[in-house]
Amino acid sequence: MSLVIKGGRVIDPVNRVDKVMDLRIEKGRITRIGRGLSADKVLYASGLWVVPGLIDIHVHLREPGFEYKETIETGSHAAAAGGFAAIACMPNTNPVNDTGSVTDFIVTQARKSALVHVFPVGALSRGQKGETLAEIGDMAERGAVALSDDGKPVMNAELMRRGMEYARTFGLPVISHCEDMNLAAEGVMHEGEVSTRLGLPGIPSASEEVMVERDILLSELTGAALHIAHVSCKGSVDRIREAKKRGISVTAEVTPHHLTLTHESLASYDTNLKVNPPLRSEADRQALIEGLLDGTIDAVASDHAPHNIAEKETEFENAVFGMIGLETSLSLMLRLVHEGILTPSQLIERMSSGPAGILRIRDWDLREGAPANVTLIHPGMVFNVDADRFRSRSRNTPFNGWELKGKAVCTVVSGKVVFEDKHWKTSGKG
Amino acid sequence: MPKKEKPNTREVRIIDREKMNALINQLAERILEKNQDLSEVTLVGIRSRGTHLARRIAEKIFEKCGNRVPVGILDITLYRDDLRSRIDQPMLVRTEIPGPIEDRNIILVDDVLFTGRTIRAAMDGIMDMGRARMIQLAVLVDRGFRELPIRANYTGEYVPIKSDQTIRVRFAEDGEEDGVILREVP
Amino acid sequence: MAWGKRKDLLGIEDLSREEIETILDTAESFKDVSRRQIKKVPALRGVTVVNLFLEPSTRTRTSFELAGKRLSADVINISASGSSIIKGESLKDTACNIEAMNTDILVFRHSKAGAAHFLSKVLKCSVVNAGDGAHEHPTQALLDLYSIREKTKRIEGLTVAIIGDIAHSRVARSNILALRKMGAHVRVAGPATMIPAGVEKLGVDVTYKIEEAVEGADVVMMLRIQQERQGKNLFPSIREYSRFFGLNRARLKGAKKDILIMHPGPINRGVEIAPDVADGPYSIILDQVTNGVAVRMAILFLYSGAAL
Repeated sequence: MSLVIKGGRVIDPVNRVDKVMDLRIEKGRITRIGRGLSADKVLYASGLWVVPGLIDIHVHLREPGFEYKETIETGSHAAAAGGFAAIACMPNTNPVNDTGSVTDFIVTQARKSALVHVFPVGALSRGQKGETLAEIGDMAERGAVALSDDGKPVMNAELMRRGMEYARTFGLPVISHCEDMNLAAEGVMHEGEVSTRLGLPGIPSASEEVMVERDILLSELTGAALHIAHVSCKGSVDRIREAKKRGISVTAEVTPHHLTLTHESLASYDTNLKVNPPLRSEADRQALIEGLLDGTIDAVASDHAPHNIAEKETEFENAVFGMIGLETSLSLMLRLVHEGILTPSQLIERMSSGPAGILRIRDWDLREGAPANVTLIHPGMVFNVDADRFRSRSRNTPFNGWELKGKAVCTVVSGKVVFEDKHWKTSGKG
Repeated sequence: MPKKEKPNTREVRIIDREKMNALINQLAERILEKNQDLSEVTLVGIRSRGTHLARRIAEKIFEKCGNRVPVGILDITLYRDDLRSRIDQPMLVRTEIPGPIEDRNIILVDDVLFTGRTIRAAMDGIMDMGRARMIQLAVLVDRGFRELPIRANYTGEYVPIKSDQTIRVRFAEDGEEDGVILREVP
Repeated sequence: MAWGKRKDLLGIEDLSREEIETILDTAESFKDVSRRQIKKVPALRGVTVVNLFLEPSTRTRTSFELAGKRLSADVINISASGSSIIKGESLKDTACNIEAMNTDILVFRHSKAGAAHFLSKVLKCSVVNAGDGAHEHPTQALLDLYSIREKTKRIEGLTVAIIGDIAHSRVARSNILALRKMGAHVRVAGPATMIPAGVEKLGVDVTYKIEEAVEGADVVMMLRIQQERQGKNLFPSIREYSRFFGLNRARLKGAKKDILIMHPGPINRGVEIAPDVADGPYSIILDQVTNGVAVRMAILFLYSGAAL
C-alpha cells in the first residue's frame, strides 16, 4: 500500500529544501517527491510542515525495573504523540543497561511494543558505579548507539579517559552528564539569589563547567566523540563553542525546559521544576538560546524523566529530579520560532538531523530512497497542555495548563502512521 | 471602624444634643447618689463609644464634686461569643484599666444596652483581670430585646424599638454631632 | 490597622509592612493578657490547634502551645517520633489525617525548606510555618521585631547586624525580609562559607569582620552555630569559629552604648556568644522568649478567622 503526504510545506534541512510538495511513501521508504502525486492513502498536509521525523536523544524509558513510571511501550506512545520518530533511552534502568543482554532486552522489547525507533544508550561503567568499564563491545554489537553513565557522572577522570578510548574503538560517542558530584553536593536547585531566598541548597554552575572542561580535555586527549548532555549554563556554552573552534569532536544538547524557564519559577516550590541540571538564571537561558542559534548546541533533547506522583508530591528536597518532556518538547521549542529567534528549518535541524548526526544515525532526511520517518507539524494550532491526556505513564510536568501554539499532528515511522492528532484529520482515501 | 451607611436608610434624631447632655448629667448624679465612696470607683468604658460616655460621665462627676474618677478602656473582642462567626476579623485595641481591679467598684459604661451579650463578655473580661468587689452597669440607651438576664443599674433612657430599627449614639469625639439616631433598616 | 484575610502564614515574604504592624499591635494586647494573674482569654474556645513538629524543638513548640492555651484553643502536639512519619507514612498523608480530625490551625515545623508551602497546597486548614529548613521562621522574626520595637519604639532607620551562619539560618532569612520591609538597615556577617550566594540582592550589606558589623549597629542578632555543621567544612573548628566570629565584651568596645543583643536560642555559651554578653545589660534574649508567646497568640488569633 502506498501513502502520499499531500500539499505540505516540506522542510528538510539536510537537503536545504523548503517548499510545498507531495511525498510518496512505499514499503517504508520515500519513493517520490514532487507534485500531483497519488496513492492508495492520502495525508492532507496543506498548511502543515512536513519534516524529517524528530529525534529525542535523551529519554528515560524506565524499563526494565521501573515500569510503574514508564515502559518502552508507553514512552514510545508519548514520543509518537510528540512528533518523535526515534528516541534514545538512557541506561539507568534496573538492571542497568550495562551488558549486551540488557541491551538486547530493550531492543527486543522495543521491536515488540514500541511505536517509534528506540536506540539504547549503554552504561559506560558497570552498574553506572564509575569503577570499572562496562562490556561496551557487547552492547555495541546488540544495538547500543552511545555510552553514558548519565545521572551518575564518572567522577574518576582516568576511568572516563579509558571509557572514551574504548568507546572510540567501537565507534560510539560518549554522552556526558557534566556534574561534579562533590561540588553539587546536596544541592537541589541553581545556586544564586533565588536558592538563597528559598533556603534550598544550591548547585553552582561551576559544578557543570568544571566537568565540561574536563571532558573536553579528555576528548582532546583521546580523540573520542564527546556529547555534552543537557547544557544548562552560559559557561558551558562558552567552553563548548571554544572547543569546537579548536576542532575537538564535541557536540551538545539543550532541553526545552532550560530554554523556557529559569530558577525564578521555583518560588512556588513546585517539585515538577526540580530537574538536574537545575533551571538557571535568565542570563544562562539567553546564552543557551544563543548557543542553539549559532550551532554550538547541536540538538534539542527533552531529558524525559517520568516519575510517579508520590515521588514528586513531597518536600522539595526529598522529591526526585526530572520532568517528562516528550509530549511538550516540540510545542515549547516552536515558541522560539514564533518569537522569530529560530527559523523553522533551524529548529527542525536541531530536532532531527542534528541529533541523528550525534548518534550517527544515517539517512535521516527527506530524500527519495530514504527510510520514511516523517513528522507533520501544525505550526499554528493553539492548545492547552493537559497532562491527564498524556500517553506517558507519568504526569510530572510543570507545563500542565500552559497555552502553547503548534504541535505535531501526525508521525510516520518507517512508512507507518503511528500517531494522528484526533482534532486534526489528515488522512483520507487516495 | 465605622460601617458604610446604606444609602436609603431613614434616620430620625430621637435625642438631640441638649437632651443627651441632660441624660449624661442624670447618669452622673445617680452614680454619685448610689456610690458614697468615690475613691473605690473605676469607670470602665466598653470601646469605643462606651469609652466616650465613660469620659463624659467622669467629667460631670468632677464638675459636681471635684473628684477625679479613673476611667479605663475595655476591648471585649477576645470575650465575644460570636467571634468566630464574624466575617471580618475584628481588630484588637489594647485594654487599659488604671490600677488593679482587686476590690474596686467597677462601673461598666456602654452607649446602648441591647441583647446583653456585650455586657456578659465585658464582665468575663473584668473578672479575668481580678476580683472586683462589685460590677455595675451604666448605659445611655436601653433599646430592649434582651437575650441574657442582664439589667443596667443606671439607664439614661428606655427606647423600645422594633426589630427592623437600630439605634446609634453619636459623639462629638468621633467628629459627629452629639445625639441618638433611630434608623429604619429597609 | 490592616488585615487582609489570609489562610496561611508561610513566611515574612507574604506579609506587607502594614500587616506586620497589625500583628505587632495585636500582640501588645496579648502581652497584657500574659501579664495577668488569669493568663487566659476565651477567644479561641473550640478551635483546634495542632503543633506538628517534625524537627526537634522545645522553645518554639512550647511557645505556640502556651499561646494556644492562653487563647483557650485545644492544643495538641505531635513530634516526629510520635508521628507515623517514622513508620514510612508520607508527609501528605500524615497532614491529611491530622486535618481530617477537623483541625483549624496546623503549626508546622520541618527540616526541609518549602515543606510548609507544600502542606498549604494540600490542606484546607490554616498552616502556620514554625520553621522550614533553611527557608523561613516567620514568627521568630515577628517576635524579634516586637522585641526591638518594645525597646526602641521604632524599627525604621535602625541598623541591625545579623552574625553567624546566614546560609543555613531561617531566622536570618525571615529577619532580613522583615527588617527590610520595616525600613531597617541590615548587615550580615560571618565567614564567607556561611554567606549565601546573592544575599546582597535581599538588600543587605555583607562583611566578614564581626567588629565592622557591630560598629554603629543598634541591634546585634547572634545566630546559633549548629555543632553538626562542623564536619561540613564551613569552618575548621568550633574553637576557631568562636575566636573569630563569637561575640564577646572586647568586640563590643566600638558598639553603641544602648546596643541591643539578641539571640533566637538555644545559646551555645562561649561559642557564638560569651556568657557575660548573653547575660549582660544589653541582652534582651529573655524578652524575646516572653514576647514570643504574645506574638504567637496574635498569629493564632488573626489566622483563626481564616479556618472557618
